[in-house]
Parts: sequence; structure tokens; C-alpha cells
Amino acid sequence: MAVDLSPIDENLLAEIANIHGMPNGAFNIRRDGQLVERHSSANIEISTKTDNPGIDITIKPGTKGETVFIPVIVTQAGLKDVVYNSFYIGEDCDITIVAGCGIHNDSHAASEHDGIHSFFCGKNSRVRYVEKHYGEGEGTGERILNPVTNVEMEEGSSCEMELIQLRGVSSTVRDTNAVLHEDAKLVLTEKLLTHDDQTATSNMKIELVGKGSSVQVISRSVAQDNSVQIFNPLVIGEAECRGHVQCDAIIMGKAKVTAIPGIEAASEDAVLVHEAAIGKIAGDQIVKLMTLGLTEEEAEEEILEDFLG
Amino acid sequence: MLELRNLTFEVPTPEGGTKRIIDELSLTIPDDRFTVITGPNGGGKSTLAKLIMGVEKPTSGQIIFNGHDITDQSITERAQAGIGYGFQQPARFKGMKVKKLLDIAAGKKLPMLACNEYLAKVGLCSASYLTREVDKSLSGGEVKRIEIATILARDPALAIYDEPEAGIDLWSFDRLTETFRDIHEARDGRSIVIISHQERIIQLADEIVLLRDGKVQATGTPAEMLPTLGFVAKGIPGCQLSTPTELHLTEIPTTC
Repeated sequence: MAVDLSPIDENLLAEIANIHGMPNGAFNIRRDGQLVERHSSANIEISTKTDNPGIDITIKPGTKGETVFIPVIVTQAGLKDVVYNSFYIGEDCDITIVAGCGIHNDSHAASEHDGIHSFFCGKNSRVRYVEKHYGEGEGTGERILNPVTNVEMEEGSSCEMELIQLRGVSSTVRDTNAVLHEDAKLVLTEKLLTHDDQTATSNMKIELVGKGSSVQVISRSVAQDNSVQIFNPLVIGEAECRGHVQCDAIIMGKAKVTAIPGIEAASEDAVLVHEAAIGKIAGDQIVKLMTLGLTEEEAEEEILEDFLG
Repeated sequence: MLELRNLTFEVPTPEGGTKRIIDELSLTIPDDRFTVITGPNGGGKSTLAKLIMGVEKPTSGQIIFNGHDITDQSITERAQAGIGYGFQQPARFKGMKVKKLLDIAAGKKLPMLACNEYLAKVGLCSASYLTREVDKSLSGGEVKRIEIATILARDPALAIYDEPEAGIDLWSFDRLTETFRDIHEARDGRSIVIISHQERIIQLADEIVLLRDGKVQATGTPAEMLPTLGFVAKGIPGCQLSTPTELHLTEIPTTC
């Protein structure tokens, strides 16, 4: 293969998509705003958008058991990369999509990647989407990621989305929007760890418009040092539906966390629940692990790892 | 061997004074010994256990474990020296699986067979529990039994169980008593200290320590002590609920 990936590139790809070298099946790897390598499969076609920078991923109806990788890496300081990716998932599919963005920035200039992802899930399709964000590098240049995720779910479709950002991203504003039609089911899990002076804002708007639709939003976050997090999910029930929002945050040092879980019902048959909790690591957890031989620091690390695991 | 020398623990009162929870207490717990500490509520039993584990620091006095003064040692150091502690009210961990907690307790990745054994000893089926999180989805009794399983997995030289029966149903309690009896009969040099009010656990003891007002009021064998503790002697007809249930769950399959 004539693709030139540096060790830094390879490390970023392993971090965000757990891929080593080129993956099998359909994939699209983007580096510093440019295509590095693309491969379509018999059932999954990846093509360049004609109106905006980005790609269209079209998955044939009935495609089952396939995985699509679309990682993005940014290693060039001062770059602002905006990309639009659209997923057209046919009916009766069962697929996994692995996305993610890794930034390596050793300089003093900011690097930014804004990925706007749109999903159209066909009838009775099952989609698992994993998006991992990660930043590294010694420089003071900011590593900025502002993802937008829009999901349109047709009748009977189900989607599990896992959005993860653990360490290294200076600033992020995440916007996640979803519209669920009849019997559609969405499980949205967000895991976030911020440290130093990082800031993270997560806005969500989930509209349950179809009868029998349901959403479960699970947010687990850890805010360390002087970092600031704002979590602002809104679930709107417009039919007989079920929605559950659960935000759990661990706060450490001088960090600040704001959780504003919102629910809005426009149907008497909508059952919507939200719960939110922010607190430091419980003392009894640390003490228990210390009685099992761990030091206080090891206990704390273990608790955080499991909480975000 | 554990020696407590003139141990005192005081807490401040709202009035600005101090209240003595443990009062100049001296006690020796030899190796290979099953000791039950009993006594009225508020007598200082749990505090004493916490002082031994290092969860609380004594106001004065000394704690000697295997010839070393551990009074100023941290919880971690005491754990590494061979002291284990089963909490009366165990902590819950969001995201931590039962298997992981048992691994941490054992200090290594445990084979499934070992996990099955520890959980079976507390009356839990490992197939249903190993992958569950130790969070609020478990009942109080389930968390309590997992807590005891962590001490079994840790296998310390000195294990302290703080009211292991609290929150556990009668059927599981039966299994638990069997487990304590087995550990006791194994006689492998390890010591067990159990804080308990349960006659059936007290009967297993080599030595009973009666703690009242932060002091050792009496010590002795079950034969010497039981008549003074006010329990109904075994074999006397009475309320059936006070006798052990016949529903033995000692043969729980570990491969279910």
C-alpha cells in the first residue's frame, strides 16, 4: 500500500479507532483535511460530497455484520478542518460505524476539527456508532473539537451511540440532535474526562415524535483540575414514548460542572424521567479499595477508570 | 497475633467536650483463633474494628500486629501486612463489575473457578453476578454478600467481619454460617474476628469478647459466656422463627 502513515498517525488511529494499519472492509481515513485512503465494500459505498467537504456513506438495505471506519487525524498546527459526513443506512441493516478524531499538536497554534455527522437510519435497522475524541502533544496550542451529530431514525430502527472524549481536548462544544419515529430506540452514552483548563459543553436535543419510541441518555463525566463542563440535554416527548436521562459527574480539584437535564412532554402518554448527580469520589469507595491493599492514588484511579469504563 | 494496648478513642461532642467510645481497652487476639466480639449497640464494636483496620486513628494506645507497631500505619499498609475488613455497610461502585472487585481483592486476575467458589460460599451464583456492576442495582443483601466474598478472595491473615449477618436473609445466613465454620475448621493459622449478635455465629467462636461502653467486660468460651448473654439455649422448644431454617442452600451449583 502506498499510504504513508507516521508513527504519530498510527498512534492516533489506534487511540481513536483501535485500528492498526489499514482496516478490513469499508473505511475512509482523513488526515489534515485530506483523504489518506478510502475503500468501499460490496455493500458500503463511500463517495466524496459534491456540495461540501466530506463524504457520503451509503449502506445497502439488508447489510449485516459489517463495520465502517471513518477516523480523522489532525497533526498540523493552525489547521481548521470542517467536514460533513452523511450516513444513509438502508432498511434492515445491522452495522457498526467507528468514527473519531485524534489531534496531535506540539505547537503553539490551535488545531481544530469540526465534524458534522448526519445519520439516516432506515426501517428496522440496527446501528452501533462509536466516536472517540482524543488529543495529545506537548505544545500550548489548543486542540479543539466541535462535533455535531444529527440522527433521523425511521420506524423500528435502533441505534446505540457511544461518544467518548477522554483527555487531551482543550475545548469542545458537542451538539447532538435526534428525531425518533415510531418504535425507534436510541441509547446515547457520553463519557467525558476534562482536566487542566479544558472546557466541554454538550448540548442534546432528542425529539420522540413516534408512538413507542424511546431514548436513554447516559452521561458519565469526570472534571479535574480547573476544567469546566456543561451538560445540557433536552428530551422532548410528543407521543406515547419513554425517555430517561441520567447524568453522573465526578468533580475533582477546582473543576466546575453544570448539569441541566431537561425534559419536555407534549403528550399525556409520554413518560420522561431525568436524574442528575454531581459529587466527589465517595470516601467509602476509596477506603474500601485501600483495605484491599491499594494506595489512595491507585484507588482513585481505579474508581475513575471503572466509572468511565 | 494482634495486641491492643490501652486503646482509647474519643470524639468531640457538640458541647465542646469529648466522648470516649473506646476506653483504655487491652485485648490480645492470637493466631489461628476465631474470636467473636459481641455486646450492646453503641458499645464500640464497629469503632474497634475500624481502629484495627486504620479507618479511624486512636486518641491514645497502641496496636501491635505480628510484633510490629502499626498504630500510625495507613489502611493500605495494614492491608498489605495482612489485615482484612468486611464493612457492615459496603461501598458501591458505579461501573465496577463484581469480577473486577474480586480481582482487586485477590491482588491478581482470578480464574473463573475461584470466583465461582468465593461467590458460592456466600450463596451467590457467579454466572448471574460476575458481570454485574457493584452499584445500586444490587440489593443490600447482595452487596453485603459480595463484600464478604472480597474478604474470602483476599484471604488475609486476620479477617475482621463487621456484622456479616446484617441485611442477609435467613437462607443465605445459613450458607454463610457454614462458610465461617469451614474457615474455622480449616485451622490454617489465620485468625477471624467477627462482630456479631447472632447466636449461631457466637457458638462457632473459640473466644467471645463482650464489649460494653468501650471496655472489655468479659471474655470466655461459648460454654462460659453463652449462659450470660441471655440467648435461649438450643433444644428448648419455642418460637420456630428463632431456630435455623431448614432451607439449606449449601449445595448451590457453581455452574448455573
